[in-house]
Amino acid sequence: MSKKKGLLFDVTLCIGCGSCYDACKQKNKLPRTNSNFLSDHLSANTFTVVEQYNDKYARKMCMHCDEPSCVSVCPVGAFSKSETGAVLYDGDKCIGCRYCMQACPHKVPRYEWGRTQPRVKKCTMCDDRIKAGKIPACAEACPTEATLFGDFDKIFEVAKKRISENKRNYYPHIYGLDEAGGSHVLILSPVPFEQLGYTPKLPKEPMPMLTMRAMEKIPPVVGLGGVFLGGMYWLTKRKNQIAKEEKELKEL
Amino acid sequence: MNAEKLFKFSFWKVVAVLIIIAGLISTYYRFTKGLGATTNLSDEVPWGLWIGFDFLGVGLAAAGFTIAAAVHIFNIHKFEPIVRPAILTAFIGYSLVVGLLIVDLGRPENFWHPLVMWNIHSVMFEITWCIICYSTVLVLEFAPVVLEKFKLHAPIKLLRKISIPIVIAGVLFSTLHQSSFGSLYLIVPGRLHPLWYSSILPVHFYISCIAAGLSMIIFESYLNTRAFNTGLSINILSKASAAVVIVLLIELVLKFTDMVFSNKLYLLGVPSMETSLFYLEIIIGTIIPVIILSSKKNRENKMLLFLASISVISGFILNRMNVCITGMVASSGINYFPSIDEINITFMLVVLAMLGFKYVVQTFPVFVEEEDKTVQLIELPEAENIIASE
Repeated sequence: MSKKKGLLFDVTLCIGCGSCYDACKQKNKLPRTNSNFLSDHLSANTFTVVEQYNDKYARKMCMHCDEPSCVSVCPVGAFSKSETGAVLYDGDKCIGCRYCMQACPHKVPRYEWGRTQPRVKKCTMCDDRIKAGKIPACAEACPTEATLFGDFDKIFEVAKKRISENKRNYYPHIYGLDEAGGSHVLILSPVPFEQLGYTPKLPKEPMPMLTMRAMEKIPPVVGLGGVFLGGMYWLTKRKNQIAKEEKELKEL
Repeated sequence: MNAEKLFKFSFWKVVAVLIIIAGLISTYYRFTKGLGATTNLSDEVPWGLWIGFDFLGVGLAAAGFTIAAAVHIFNIHKFEPIVRPAILTAFIGYSLVVGLLIVDLGRPENFWHPLVMWNIHSVMFEITWCIICYSTVLVLEFAPVVLEKFKLHAPIKLLRKISIPIVIAGVLFSTLHQSSFGSLYLIVPGRLHPLWYSSILPVHFYISCIAAGLSMIIFESYLNTRAFNTGLSINILSKASAAVVIVLLIELVLKFTDMVFSNKLYLLGVPSMETSLFYLEIIIGTIIPVIILSSKKNRENKMLLFLASISVISGFILNRMNVCITGMVASSGINYFPSIDEINITFMLVVLAMLGFKYVVQTFPVFVEEEDKTVQLIELPEAENIIASE
């Protein structure tokens, strides 16, 4: 049995009630940040938001990428991928360089700017709840199955089925399947995703590959560079030596 | 020292003291109130002025490895007198970066974590290690100058024995982390403006830092000659500036070719703040210095050399600031401008770096005609005639 879990968010089913927003705050013991949840934004105290676009509502949260940029860029490995698929953060390791915030293609990680010992904050997909046999607080609170939790394979099937059975209601794309190499949160929408504020035109290739292509050149650069420099040292020294000897010979 | 000079010096001393006091106050607030209260950094703009100056500190220090390689690896001995100022500049530059990192890191008390908590996939991890290793190399490269002063000959002998491997290691570490500062941005194709984003950004960073690093030596030498009359001979500087022209032209051609191959040339005709800044960067950092320095007559004119070096350095500063601040503005949706505390702390560290440089130059034989072959190097006459080179 695959342990990889996932969340499916379906814009067509979301009624903008804010139950997921409240449940998330409660579960993570986060303080109130806005009197109207619809005008709130992601912050160190808000891990998920519901944004209103006319009559449509779009949830924003950590996408829990398959090959996350944050995991790859963190110099001390404070980010890790849980066996459930959730992307987790260890505040004890963090040195506070904030490269994760810079690198995240979905602009998700937030910082505790107000603290003198700040940490990065974001959705954990309720990894602790999943491991305890429960489902994420937001999915549990959702009254309409707009947020659906389950094994990744299963929710992927559900997403495909919903689009194929109801072609008129859906924009024919599952956001999160390929974006930035794919993620554990999948999103369905009736309109193109950029109209709902989801980052458009993300590469299909995992973002860390962009860095890897440069990083993998390090061993050859060091190896060949070392040999080249050593060789040049020997060559030019010898050349100078010979030049000097010839000069001395001439002078004789 | 005459009265006029004394007054001039005390004026700058007062300015320096004021900047340091302001910086200390801001530093106190930074550590007691946190980053949010004292900087204009935010979730949208997590990196600002301090990271920008990290780029400058490291980039302008590039002569440290360039000149060490030219002299010790390629045995081009005519550049020997520049070795010491170059290594000192590099060391001061890296110290500046360490200072900036301490204020910039959210948890500076955890600075040692990369030493024991490894993530070899992270560019930041690689940079951290390279900077630590290269700083060690710089200390070893500069140590003989200090040891000499205290007449400790035994360790100098030992250092000289391992000097070539040290220089090679230094060149390799520098090559890696100078380019890696560009690699940091490879993972943000959607954020960095396409005029600066490039899949070969590491190569651009590497080449441009060489021109800037060499210009930095010319700049320092000019100021040093004016202040203490111990600068480098115009002959050497003019040769170094010829190298600057070559490097600038290589970078210009590479940049242009890169834009052609990635179909970005049209961007040059799109009117925007970014396009103007891009042109400004190219004109100041490349076109003007290349025009000045392509004539041999100009290269032998101290004032023009100095102006050209300022031009290269300004263009370099503009380039790095464009990559890390201006080029990110459009995608962040926020107009970041550093806060007064960010500026105060940065100025303080820059002033401390300058004072550090001044102190070392006055205390140890840095601007000398020939790098040490013997301990009594200062008494050696015109170096150029003695050395068999090229």
